[in-house]
Amino acid sequence: MAAFDPYLAVRRFGTGLAAYMDVPRDWAALLADLDGADRLGAQFEMPRYTEYLDIEAQLRELRQAKRGTEDAAEIARLDAATKAQRDAANALHSTSVKARVARAVGAPIGFRDRLEWFWADHFTVRTVGGIAGAAVSAFSNEAIRPHITARFADMLRAVVVQPLMLRSLDQDRSAGPNSRFAKRRGMGLNENYARELIELHTLGAGAAYTQKDVVELARLLAGLSVQRGAFQWHDGRAEPGEKQVLGKVYGGDARGLEDVFAVVEDLARHPDTARHLARKMAVHFISDTPDAGLVTHMAARYRASDGDLTALYAAMLEHPGAWDPVGNVKWPFEYVISGIKALGVTPRQVMARSRRDIRRGLIVPTRLMGQTYQRPVGPDGWAEEDAAWITPQGIAGRIQWAMDAPHRLLDELPDPREFVEVALGPAPPEPVRFAAFNAENRREGVGLVLASSAFQRR
Amino acid sequence: MDRRLFLNGVLGCSLAASPLVTPVTLASAPWDTRLVVILLRGAMDGLDAVQPYGDPNLAGLRRTLMTGPEHGALDLDGFYALHPGFSALKPLWDADELAFAHAVSTPYRDARSHFDGQDLLEAGTGMDVPRAARTTGWLNRFLQDMPGVQLKTAYAIGVDDLTILRGGQDVSRWSPDARLKLSPQAQRLLEVVYHDDPLFRDAALEAISITQSLRDAPEMEPVEPSMMEGMAPAARGNPAARMAEFAAERLREDTRIAAFSVNGWDTHARQASAMQRRLGGLADTISILREDLGAEIWGKTAVLAMTEFGRTARENGSKGTDHGTAGAMIMAGGAVRGGKVYGAWPGLSDSALYEGRDLMPTRDVRAYAGWVMRGLFGLQASRIETAIFPGLDLEANPGVIL
Repeated sequence: MAAFDPYLAVRRFGTGLAAYMDVPRDWAALLADLDGADRLGAQFEMPRYTEYLDIEAQLRELRQAKRGTEDAAEIARLDAATKAQRDAANALHSTSVKARVARAVGAPIGFRDRLEWFWADHFTVRTVGGIAGAAVSAFSNEAIRPHITARFADMLRAVVVQPLMLRSLDQDRSAGPNSRFAKRRGMGLNENYARELIELHTLGAGAAYTQKDVVELARLLAGLSVQRGAFQWHDGRAEPGEKQVLGKVYGGDARGLEDVFAVVEDLARHPDTARHLARKMAVHFISDTPDAGLVTHMAARYRASDGDLTALYAAMLEHPGAWDPVGNVKWPFEYVISGIKALGVTPRQVMARSRRDIRRGLIVPTRLMGQTYQRPVGPDGWAEEDAAWITPQGIAGRIQWAMDAPHRLLDELPDPREFVEVALGPAPPEPVRFAAFNAENRREGVGLVLASSAFQRR
Repeated sequence: MDRRLFLNGVLGCSLAASPLVTPVTLASAPWDTRLVVILLRGAMDGLDAVQPYGDPNLAGLRRTLMTGPEHGALDLDGFYALHPGFSALKPLWDADELAFAHAVSTPYRDARSHFDGQDLLEAGTGMDVPRAARTTGWLNRFLQDMPGVQLKTAYAIGVDDLTILRGGQDVSRWSPDARLKLSPQAQRLLEVVYHDDPLFRDAALEAISITQSLRDAPEMEPVEPSMMEGMAPAARGNPAARMAEFAAERLREDTRIAAFSVNGWDTHARQASAMQRRLGGLADTISILREDLGAEIWGKTAVLAMTEFGRTARENGSKGTDHGTAGAMIMAGGAVRGGKVYGAWPGLSDSALYEGRDLMPTRDVRAYAGWVMRGLFGLQASRIETAIFPGLDLEANPGVIL
């Protein structure tokens, strides 16, 4: 087992090394970094979900107005207004990508960003159509980021009332079979969210629950609904009567949303949830096959602290199993961001980039690497297995980016002999140092460092 | 340290024998017939691509979208006519290598969302399977049912996610957009860098091998003039053409299944010019497959071009059409019994239209795909109806495969 390494700490648990940025002295410094105010989050504001919703409402009104008129001048005016709203939506999206990059690039360590990405992937929401349906970054910024040092139950509580989560797992199509709404509309339960809440978000697949628990939980969740893009507890859809989930009875006195929060507390506190989250986190940050002692240690701390996430992180960081030198492969977006940070691009420079730059420099290359921005295929998010990313096409996309991107990002490329130590720390693997020193030109030298497996691993 | 010494020390071998520059040997494929699936994303207007001009109601539904041989479409059989954008494929029709299935649809009904429609088309399931569970594709489930399948047997081409090929069977993925232009020195150094990480080393080896095989591919032998008679040379260089070229290149080797997607069929406005371009591009794509595969392999190949749903029978106010229900599937290849438009025609009178607006589906498009797979690969009907397209009733064999 290996010991704490300040450079590995930033590569593995942060957004990567950069010149002129201090590295943490010990593992506790990573947690101290989370303690203070979210300076970068405040500096690079993420568009709010309500901003997307406003545009959606405007577009709805414009559509209605257009139906009610035959006047050519009026139609032209409405078309122009529609286009302006669509442009505004595109600008929000572009800003959200840039803010995400700027925060990560500007952070000396970036543990906060990496935790946000990890938990946002744990609670994957998929775009569900419409302007607000694409506000995945707003979901992550509003439901996840403020809670990364809270108790897991608090984060979960924030997530269960998110319109994007409810829509992307069909909860908005569910109604209690004995509710007024279901009787009037001929609707019924949709179990999708209830199942994923247990299987993906808390206990984990293969834990000790039955189909009956899923159905009972779906009955309990039935009142969670989305009206015009906003969350609403809908009494008319709620299922009357008691529900028994994992042996505990809820809902006898019809408290509605409070019962949902009660079951969320219990699911978060479940020992299977502790094991599931500990293992998932160790796999993500450290290895496809994490040290068993590490996972046990993390799960025990989670349980002992009533699901306190900072305690969970501390248990991971203090354990020697977290410092094995060969780490997991970075996700494409994370890889590109760590490259941008290593190259010394500043947050301000990121924010100044055009929509087209963002598309060509980030969205297209990461897609080629196998990660379509914010569009994972399933509700279980992005794969963790190294082999899922390092495919022939995936590696071609990464090497291509490493070779092409630096000279598009910078006016003057760094000296590869210095860059290798900026990107990997003062003791880079000998073959990478050799490549950096022996490349034919700066472009290839810098590209080889970024393409190295050492840089592509956490 | 001296560079040469270091290279020799690390690699223990000379460059000529180094793994990154030696082409990989491909294992032999389990069977000989080929299937290419092209997903037409955005919902192709089947009524425009293959125009039922013999239906007395068609002309009245389409005010500016001109239909029938009087307006430049190519008569197929006295009832259907081919959109002029497809004219490059007329020789294929005449050679009985091109067919269509009309008035077909997936089980998707009433909601008309591209994403959900495409999910269902690729998952190959009914609406009874929850949206979130439609994450594996029918082509992947088919592969799981076949013996001797290897990584190379199936290729998902392009940067598209292609859920149709996702699932328990590993498949190869490659996008012609991926380039690996490395100087010899950079390639040598990359080899040094990856030497101790087998995952990276092997993947890079394969990527370099693929790009090299593309670069080194011999020029196609000229096809005999008789086969080419009347066929315009296909336009190359656009993204779909490059995917078709790559598909053909792999299918000539050990790949048997290839899938890729073509965007741009969502013709809400000014459909006439858009369809001319899109169908022209699709005709080129199919022509490239035929040219590059060569007569022998083309003879064992079926190409299916499928879309998530059709479009409204009635033209809308912006010279286009909106999301509908039934549409058409394109089938091409030497293995296809062509020169025929398959399917029962439901008619276009108000009462015959689905919900008074869309072409009424008369058959599940999955039944055609199922029978094509049965014809090409000898799959059991019961497996098609349970494992590949769960819940599908294959019904009678339309006889698409020779």
